[in-house]
Amino acid sequence: MDKVTTVEGRAYPFGMKNVDTDIIIPAHFLKTVTREGLGKGAFEALRKDPENVFDNPAHAGSTIIIAGDNFGCGSSREHAAWALLDMGVKAVIAPSFSDIFSGNAFKNGILTVALPQEAIDRLMEVAETDPIMIDLETQTVTTPFQDRWTFEIDPFRKFCLSEGLDEVGLTLQSNAAIEGYEARQRTEQPWLASGTGLAA
Amino acid sequence: MASKPTTLYEKIWDAHVIEQRDDGTCLIFIDRHLVHEVTSPQAFEALRMAGRTVRRPELTLAVPDHNLPTTARIDARGNRVPIADPESRNQLEALERNAPEFGVKYFGATAAQQGIVHVVGPEQGFSLPGTTIVCGDSHTACHGGVGALAFGIGTSEVEHVLATQTLQLRKSKTMEVRVEGELGPGVTSKDLIMHIIGTIGTAGGTGHVIEYRGRVFEEMSVEGRLTVCNMSIEGGARAGLIAPDETTFAYLKGRPYAPKGGDWDKAVAYWKTLHTDEGAAFDKSVVINAAEVEPTVTWGTSPEDTVAIGGVVPSPDSFPDASKQRAAQASLDYMGLTPGQRMDEVEVQNIFIGSCTNSRIEDLRAAAEVLKGRKKHPNIKWGIIVPGSGLVKMQAEEEGLDKIFIEAGLEWREPGCSACLGMNPDKVPSGERSASTSNRNFVGRQGPGARTHLVSPAMAAAAAVTGKLTDVRTLS
Repeated sequence: MDKVTTVEGRAYPFGMKNVDTDIIIPAHFLKTVTREGLGKGAFEALRKDPENVFDNPAHAGSTIIIAGDNFGCGSSREHAAWALLDMGVKAVIAPSFSDIFSGNAFKNGILTVALPQEAIDRLMEVAETDPIMIDLETQTVTTPFQDRWTFEIDPFRKFCLSEGLDEVGLTLQSNAAIEGYEARQRTEQPWLASGTGLAA
Repeated sequence: MASKPTTLYEKIWDAHVIEQRDDGTCLIFIDRHLVHEVTSPQAFEALRMAGRTVRRPELTLAVPDHNLPTTARIDARGNRVPIADPESRNQLEALERNAPEFGVKYFGATAAQQGIVHVVGPEQGFSLPGTTIVCGDSHTACHGGVGALAFGIGTSEVEHVLATQTLQLRKSKTMEVRVEGELGPGVTSKDLIMHIIGTIGTAGGTGHVIEYRGRVFEEMSVEGRLTVCNMSIEGGARAGLIAPDETTFAYLKGRPYAPKGGDWDKAVAYWKTLHTDEGAAFDKSVVINAAEVEPTVTWGTSPEDTVAIGGVVPSPDSFPDASKQRAAQASLDYMGLTPGQRMDEVEVQNIFIGSCTNSRIEDLRAAAEVLKGRKKHPNIKWGIIVPGSGLVKMQAEEEGLDKIFIEAGLEWREPGCSACLGMNPDKVPSGERSASTSNRNFVGRQGPGARTHLVSPAMAAAAAVTGKLTDVRTLS
């Protein structure tokens, strides 16, 4: 994964709340066996409306989405994160995110920045005309108009994002501890260790 | 020394912590991993590229469900019917290759054990109390019905679990949904969970694991508990839990992957410790009065948009803030409904009985009870019944339920996810309505432009008979 330090650019003033992952990428695009090319299906139903924000030339090339609360709810499909990446989105700013989506976004280097609704309202205005800056190191969102908000981020996620870490590799550094756990489970809860080995 | 009283969630969590980092992130052991064809190909591919193996293939079970057509899979000459859609076929074939290559047990498309992962896991005794269970599917919460800490993960996490049998996680907050009193006649577990989601909202459980508590759940069948926990994600909670008890043990005993002999006794002794201690504190608590729960339907495009069948379509003005009012108006526009319209006068053209929420034998029995000796209404253009697994299908046929459905004019299909998400050919046409026993009424979920009303199996059957949303209690 590439290191993430800052995201700076124009934003889509989207604003919709309860954006589910079926809206981000509908099921008929999930038949792929790769992670690439899903941008073409992103927000398909909304993009049938010629007035939609994602196809508005004024916002072409935006790297940030400003949205309402509970962004990414519903299905666990990581295709939603892949679709956003493929359309060039590197960060989403919303009052809240579904737990599964924010995990998937993080694994793909997309920042999910939670800010209060007042900040979202202001960012919706700014996004119409001007860029927005997100700095992971200082955990701040700023605009060219002296707006400044700080946001919280899980320290482990911040560390992984800023170092561009491969999480599987990181976990395998704890291999001895995992082996110790497995050995203990075999002794104390032997019924768990056999799994599908039990039946013929 | 008396230890601090803890919740069921904390007990299961604590028993799975391998190590804790200074920042609070924990490395958690995963006991059971369910894999299906849609969210796994990129994970297996990543393992291959990195030269990694599946660490514990025997703790992994693969079964295709999302993509499979629900029409006949074997033709009259006994040959397998190929999947017409090339992309679906390609995805299924990827799982058929990946499972044996990585040594993972696989139930193929024509196996009797094939079905929806969340039906198969408990049915095979693969899902057990006190275990951590994950799957690349948000309805993994379902397995909380047998007392497992079960939650959906993304494909990168699927890869992580395949490679390490662990996940890096932070502990969730705890939330109690306590239901007091008893459900009225004709009110089911599906009505109850829809009512709960309507009460807490789709983000009500975000960041939390819900434990459902109260006599209603103690008296509920395992099938009903699976239905309740299944929809926890619709209330924002990644997992839902119901404490395991004698009902759970009786359900699991003798199933293929359930413990046997002396191991069974040891397991049950441990499972009996899995309950929330008296005096344990929850971060959040919601109390529901069971007597207030009616047969419930949805009117909008979010699972929180619930109303009793005797109620009316709400007015957007009745919502507290501008953003909710806008969302309600958009929902009504999409659904083609007007405020004040009675729910029991909304006509439907399609019936879907199935999905990981409601495709178990008990669900099919409930639908058959309503449909017995009745015919579908002429309004109904398409009505399908999709059993949750091959074994459910066989059981239903043994009981003659298939004949009841067919005589009523509905179609009896092969197992899979089907019209719940319309990844296979089973879709609701644009602009038409469905009474559906699935879990999501999102825009376009059952097909582009499809209008979904979520209901229980008995209510879906009642709608099939009358051609409109109907209070099943009025059909004598």
